[in-house]
Amino acid sequence: MTTVMNNLLYGTFILYLVSAIVFVVVATESKNRSKVWRRLAIILSIAGVVIHVAFMITRIVIGGHFPTSNMFEFIAFLCFALVLAFIVIFAIYRTYVLGAFVMPLAVVLLAYAAVFPRNIQPLIPALQSHWLYIHVTTAALGQGAFAVSCVAGLIYLIYQVGKGEKPKHAKYLEMTLIILVMLVGFSIASLLFQTFGYQASFIHQVNENQVIEEYNLPPIVAPNESKAVKVDQFLSYQGPLFEAPSWMKGEKAASKFNSVIWGIVVGLVLYAIYRAIARKNLYQLLYPLVRKLDPELLDEISYRGVAIGYPLFTLGALIFAMIWANEAWGRPWGWDPKETWAFITWMFYSAYLHLRLSRGWVGMKSAWLAVGGFVIIMLNLIVINLVISGLHSYA
Amino acid sequence: MIENTKCECGHNNPLGTVLCEHCGRPLDEISDSKEKIDKEMRYEGKARRSLTYQTSIMDQVWNFFSSVKIAIVLIIITLIMSGIGTIFPQEQFIPSSSPDTYYEQTYGTLGKWFYQLGFSDMYSSWWFATLMSMIGISLVICSLDRVIPLYRALKNQKVAKSTVFIERQRISLKENMLEDVPAKIDDLADKLAAKRYHVRREGNTLLAEKGRFSRWGPYINHIGLIIFLVGILLRYLPGWNLDDYVWVQEGQTVRVPQTHYYVKNEGSSIEYYKSTEKSNKGPIVSKYRTKAVLYQKDSAGKLIPLTKKTILVNDPLNYQGLKLYQSDFRSGDLTGIKFSLIDRKTKKNLGVFSVNLSQISESQIYKVGDLRVKIKDYYPDFAIENNVPVTKSQDPNQPAFLFETIEKGKTKGENSLVISGMNFPNPKSNKYDIGLAGFDMVNTAGLMVRVEKSLPIYLIGGIISMIGLVMGFYWQHRRVWIRVQDRILYLGAHTNKNWFALRRELSQIGFSHLVKEIEK
Repeated sequence: MTTVMNNLLYGTFILYLVSAIVFVVVATESKNRSKVWRRLAIILSIAGVVIHVAFMITRIVIGGHFPTSNMFEFIAFLCFALVLAFIVIFAIYRTYVLGAFVMPLAVVLLAYAAVFPRNIQPLIPALQSHWLYIHVTTAALGQGAFAVSCVAGLIYLIYQVGKGEKPKHAKYLEMTLIILVMLVGFSIASLLFQTFGYQASFIHQVNENQVIEEYNLPPIVAPNESKAVKVDQFLSYQGPLFEAPSWMKGEKAASKFNSVIWGIVVGLVLYAIYRAIARKNLYQLLYPLVRKLDPELLDEISYRGVAIGYPLFTLGALIFAMIWANEAWGRPWGWDPKETWAFITWMFYSAYLHLRLSRGWVGMKSAWLAVGGFVIIMLNLIVINLVISGLHSYA
Repeated sequence: MIENTKCECGHNNPLGTVLCEHCGRPLDEISDSKEKIDKEMRYEGKARRSLTYQTSIMDQVWNFFSSVKIAIVLIIITLIMSGIGTIFPQEQFIPSSSPDTYYEQTYGTLGKWFYQLGFSDMYSSWWFATLMSMIGISLVICSLDRVIPLYRALKNQKVAKSTVFIERQRISLKENMLEDVPAKIDDLADKLAAKRYHVRREGNTLLAEKGRFSRWGPYINHIGLIIFLVGILLRYLPGWNLDDYVWVQEGQTVRVPQTHYYVKNEGSSIEYYKSTEKSNKGPIVSKYRTKAVLYQKDSAGKLIPLTKKTILVNDPLNYQGLKLYQSDFRSGDLTGIKFSLIDRKTKKNLGVFSVNLSQISESQIYKVGDLRVKIKDYYPDFAIENNVPVTKSQDPNQPAFLFETIEKGKTKGENSLVISGMNFPNPKSNKYDIGLAGFDMVNTAGLMVRVEKSLPIYLIGGIISMIGLVMGFYWQHRRVWIRVQDRILYLGAHTNKNWFALRRELSQIGFSHLVKEIEK
């Protein structure tokens, strides 16, 4: 059964990957033989979603609970929500180019999920509730739609900047794309080290307990006041170069911080190699894919993503969250960091909607806001757990 | 400000009107402009109070809060402040009761500033509450300022609109008509009705409309949010909510703090998952469980049971809004010690007696066979200071007892000192030895005590909000105006969002060139 589950996960990954490639081919293609390819692209992504559902079902059968209880399961589900939201929006607008950007992002997200421990853990008492999947899945579905909105916004920016009409935005757009490259770089590095079984561990004091922190990447930064237990060599590098500051208190904060540094380093190296070969900006590389699109349509898709996601996010991340928090922690709202950041995300999209609907912020401004909103979601996912140990520390 | 509010069509509009109520012609400019009137269409070009009256203080306050710009600024300030509040943990989450020193010691200078600027207890501060209230006021006034004129405008729509109004819609076209005019309009009306438009006709003009209710979505959402905020405000009423904590040992009955109820712990337990080989963190807890009984005292002071429940995490006891939550668990609290009495000569165990640590008194006599044992002295946390036995605290960390064992018929007996964890040499003349025979341990449950009377209000607010959001976001208000004048067909169309779908719909009723090349 476990083998079946793992194979389904690999199957999902491969289907998303192939679908991403076909979408890119469709987007670059000039005219002919496109109909078959177009159909193939969308069929592959739908097949990916189906296999992804099958994967989740086997995981429910094995684990006895819905797979949204740790970081791997949540990010994998977020990837599922992203592809699902894409398929819904694709059904409305039939823009293949959107797939050429969304599907690669889905591949990266799934790879990023795979970096975290994949074993099924039993549910601690705090998570034993039906709200675990009701709350988390609804919130994630909303975030998936926000992600599609962000991608459409990015395409809009690439279109406008690539056309050479908005030179002032070029720098910021390139920086945004480099951050994406860092996410890719981190996933690649982690999966490679995982494949070769790299291991390092440190022992240190957390709230008067001796804790062993495991590293899957060579340590650049060690936990605060820690001792190395075992550090594999990597190209005769052993490290660490320095220690994490004492205020990084979250669960496994130092190893996550180490991962962030790896992401930045690998991302920049990848980008440098790319620049050395291609000698042009990333957005210039991507511009030919989007050249033929109608900017007004992209703007509408980006807004549609928010319009679909906002009610779902409100329901999942605020209302259901409050109902569950009231059952589990005895109060509907407690300003736990994760709660606060869900509130911030919601307020941000509220501001987006008012700026757009009432102040007429469309086009470039709206596109940047759509990108910014998803950046806040990713911050909540990656950074908040790094620094702060709140009640949501298991994710 | 617009001086002339009389339209070319002869209609007299209220002061502040942007688009003529009757024919839709823009009033504030010379009418040969070709610019689209998307912005003006947002509130149907109606006069809004905030744009019309601007003199008295009341007007100024109204105008301040009716501005969406101000609302957005308030939202952005709130979200930035909320973000700053998560840089370090809030006071309620720190493992210290003196935040004035904790933040500086733990986080350095930044921590000191964090505390001194009041960010460490931000979400319950007066200024955060002020921000939230201002957002609440803004919600009410912004909504009223817009929804009333919008409602009036949409309710009293005229079918015939001026060609200027039609031509300046974002989607518009002009076609020369060769065929029979009434027949063509009949045909278009049928096709639009088939697309579930509500069609109204007046001579050679036509208005088709659908999904108008979605325009009320945002306002319904705002009503829900206001109800929600009222729920938060009500928490400032005394007795509206309660947040306390109580520890109950197994077998104990204690008063629920700040209430007239009592709770008894009939047993607390912890369960673990079967250990798996992979888990190296030790066993994982599967359940914390407390069997609780809630009592109330009657007039005679007798405890009357009210309700009984096995409390689990995620499954609290709920009695008329008073909730008890399983929050913490402590195992192995020492409540009693068992001792055995041994005859020194024969090494025979004469029997066991049990001392309940919460009921120690000099008059208490423990009977073992023919013998009686009395406690002459008790040191819960035994230590020797200056050759004198003392107790360091009242917690039974190292309990020690001075017993007197009295034989039958005698009034005085022999003394023996028993110290847990030590083998104290009692006098050789003693006939009996007293040794530790075991501990009585119980589990203790930490229960959160909560009352939150606003819960139903939050729920109602949340439900209304969601209804509004779904109405507003998953439907859209579409309108099509058609007018034939001098054998020219004018068509204009407007939607509050999702223009692509509207274009596609129009292309399906015969205006295919409204769909842009790229979208085909």
